[in-house]
Amino acid sequence: MSVLQMQRINLCALKKNRKAILERLQETGAVEVDIRLEDDSGYVCEDVTSLRMTFEKNVRTADRALEVLQQYVPEKKGMLDSLAGKPLVDKDSFEKVVSCKESYLQKAETVIELDKQIMAQRANIQRLQNQIESMIPWQGLSVPLNYSGTRKTSVFIGTLPGVRSLESVYGIFAKDDSDTEAVDAEIVFQDKDFTYLAVICLKKDAQKVEEALRTAGFARPAQMSDKMPGECSEDFRQEIEISKSEIERLQKEIEQLAPERQNFKWLSDYFRMRADKYEVLGKLPQTKNTFVLSGYIPAVDGQKIKDELSQKYEAVVELEDIQEEEEAPVLLKNNHFAQAGEGVLASFGLPAKGEIDPTCIMTVFYVFLFGLMLSDAAYGLIVALACGFLLKKYPRMEENMRKSIRLFFFCGLSTLFWGIMFGGYFGDAVNVISRTFFGHEVSIPALWFVPLNEPMRMLLWSVIFGLIHMYTGLAIKAYMCIRDHRYADALCDVGFWFLLLTGLVLMLIPSSIFASMFQIEVVFPEVVNTLSKAMAVIGAVGIVLMSGRAKKNKWGLRIALGAYDLYNITGWLSDALSYSRLLALGLATGVIASVFNQMGSMLGGGIVGAVIFIIVFLIGHTFNLAINLLGAYVHTCRLQYVEFFGKFYEGGGKAFHPFRSNTKYVDIKEETRA
Amino acid sequence: MSELLTNGTVWALLGVALAVSLSGCGSAYGVGIAGQAAAGVVTEDPGKFAKVLIMQLLPGTQGIYGLLVAFVTLSRIGILGGTQPDVVTGLLTLAACLPIAIVGLVSGIHQGKTSAAAIGIVAKKPDQFAKAMLFPAMVETYAILALLISIIAIFSI
Repeated sequence: MSVLQMQRINLCALKKNRKAILERLQETGAVEVDIRLEDDSGYVCEDVTSLRMTFEKNVRTADRALEVLQQYVPEKKGMLDSLAGKPLVDKDSFEKVVSCKESYLQKAETVIELDKQIMAQRANIQRLQNQIESMIPWQGLSVPLNYSGTRKTSVFIGTLPGVRSLESVYGIFAKDDSDTEAVDAEIVFQDKDFTYLAVICLKKDAQKVEEALRTAGFARPAQMSDKMPGECSEDFRQEIEISKSEIERLQKEIEQLAPERQNFKWLSDYFRMRADKYEVLGKLPQTKNTFVLSGYIPAVDGQKIKDELSQKYEAVVELEDIQEEEEAPVLLKNNHFAQAGEGVLASFGLPAKGEIDPTCIMTVFYVFLFGLMLSDAAYGLIVALACGFLLKKYPRMEENMRKSIRLFFFCGLSTLFWGIMFGGYFGDAVNVISRTFFGHEVSIPALWFVPLNEPMRMLLWSVIFGLIHMYTGLAIKAYMCIRDHRYADALCDVGFWFLLLTGLVLMLIPSSIFASMFQIEVVFPEVVNTLSKAMAVIGAVGIVLMSGRAKKNKWGLRIALGAYDLYNITGWLSDALSYSRLLALGLATGVIASVFNQMGSMLGGGIVGAVIFIIVFLIGHTFNLAINLLGAYVHTCRLQYVEFFGKFYEGGGKAFHPFRSNTKYVDIKEETRA
Repeated sequence: MSELLTNGTVWALLGVALAVSLSGCGSAYGVGIAGQAAAGVVTEDPGKFAKVLIMQLLPGTQGIYGLLVAFVTLSRIGILGGTQPDVVTGLLTLAACLPIAIVGLVSGIHQGKTSAAAIGIVAKKPDQFAKAMLFPAMVETYAILALLISIIAIFSI
């Protein structure tokens, strides 16, 4: 219903109680720490960065260990388990785990170490495989790669770039002087990039031969070994086998540590909380024996916390109202129904200072419009049942997720309602099934009317709903102006528009355009006609004269601004037409559903027909439901954000981030205190 | 030949074909562009899959609107129901199909581009999802307006 009133809490206490106070504050999670000191001389902030870093490192260690465990011993998770939320543990068993944190931390490090070893072994295997690869061309060589020759001869083993024939290799030496006759070259292997060579010559010619080879781009192999290439590969293969069995052993070791998973999770959360605490601690101004803390607290909790802290921990606590220029963080307080819409509101922006919380009104419209867009009783029932089931099954679902699912639950109910009003049950499934399989057509009549048969009527209603929606937005703006005693604004920005628009609408209804479009002849008494014209004129004149009132006496500019503002009437027209999407999306659901029904029934009755029908029906309607759920969600949001909020709401408030136990894996049950 | 030109069903069916195929092309193009951007995001962060998938689907609605108009038309020109139109009615039906065909094509393409940009927002600031979604939804408004006119025209012929 509203934005919670915030207060500033200032606290001064003895240092010996610092730990207890901080822990208690973290447990209650009611205070957002925000230190502001007018005079900070005499205070120092303790440097706790290194401690905090240690805690954060421990968090990362535990998280990394969990990741490794997840990799080797995956925890089985269902598709919906992510909705389950954090389990609740009682404080005693949590403390028990925390008391042996060192040993668990050690185990976590062991897991990481084992993982590192596995990585190293894998890298080793990769390296060996590369070496085997590079040995392949040399398999035909019957001497080791590092063989350099006999007593009288020298041997060069290596590669020349490009594909070369034996003649061209000999050509290299022939270019030189002719006294290097005693050269013998053998091509061991060739691929498209290299020619693999073994060259033998007399020792006395060695230098010349080497020189000649080098100019041709000769390179020795990267892998030197004193074993035959064939043996070498065999050795590498054996090493790979050893590495593989080593990896298996290491994996088994990790698997043995899998039962520690839960402890790692708790450990991670414990250090996460401590790191948070130390972050706050590092901000606290302190003297030798005391410390100061300041922050925001919701006014409803203020007194309770104040009493507790001052009685239990001998702290001096004062509460004061937020100062005029200060922008307090925003915490919304809503009833069960409206809470569901908080997520939608937060995506747009929380109320800024001085704005009211529109969640409740917005949620009502959200549910209403969503139902109109989806408007199929069966789909609505499915959505409502699915969401209801999830809410029941996972009572500890994460709060924001729970709110969204609750919103869709209400939207489902609204869809069910509108489906019954418009006679849509899986589109026209009832008609099609009864006609195809039972021979005579049965239909469930719409409680109100069928939009597909009377689209103009639906269009009219869409615009009417739209006008109600936008008028509500305008009314909220008027309320805010009046609340802040800005009566002139209320009259000029809201009152005149209200007069103008209502006047125009009342003038339109009895007109011939309206009658021919909607086939409804409306005749107002003459008095109403005159009144509507008067309203429109007063509104228009008011807007022209008053919109530029900030310009005071520069009348030329003022009138120009007013005229420009009057031009906004086109904006209102397009906003109103924008609600025609209610008709379009409603029709889309119904028509596409009928397309699938028709496709399914094309094979007629009988067993085969029934089987085909069921298959087409299931696939088709799942698709249709999904695509139209998306459409309804997107376009309802749009109507709220653009057409509705555009009239009165800007947002931009800062969310309330209390200092609390910000855990990732578990929630700790608070001790029941006497 | 002249028999073909004076056959109302031919003209009406031409309209149906245009409504489905042009708006379908627009959507295919749009979903394609958005899909490329989405795939890029998912390579970096698979956790954003659901969010970017929703973004990718946004330009897909034009094709559905085209289908909607086509289906409603088919059920009125003696193919899935209704009566065979004379040549004037056939031409009128063709004209009625044009708004969703043309606007579906163009808005589908542009909505796809906007979606791709919005996917960029989701990649960098996932918490701004709702705002990012709004930009492509703005483009869709015009497809909805065209759909509205097509539907009203067909029902009123």
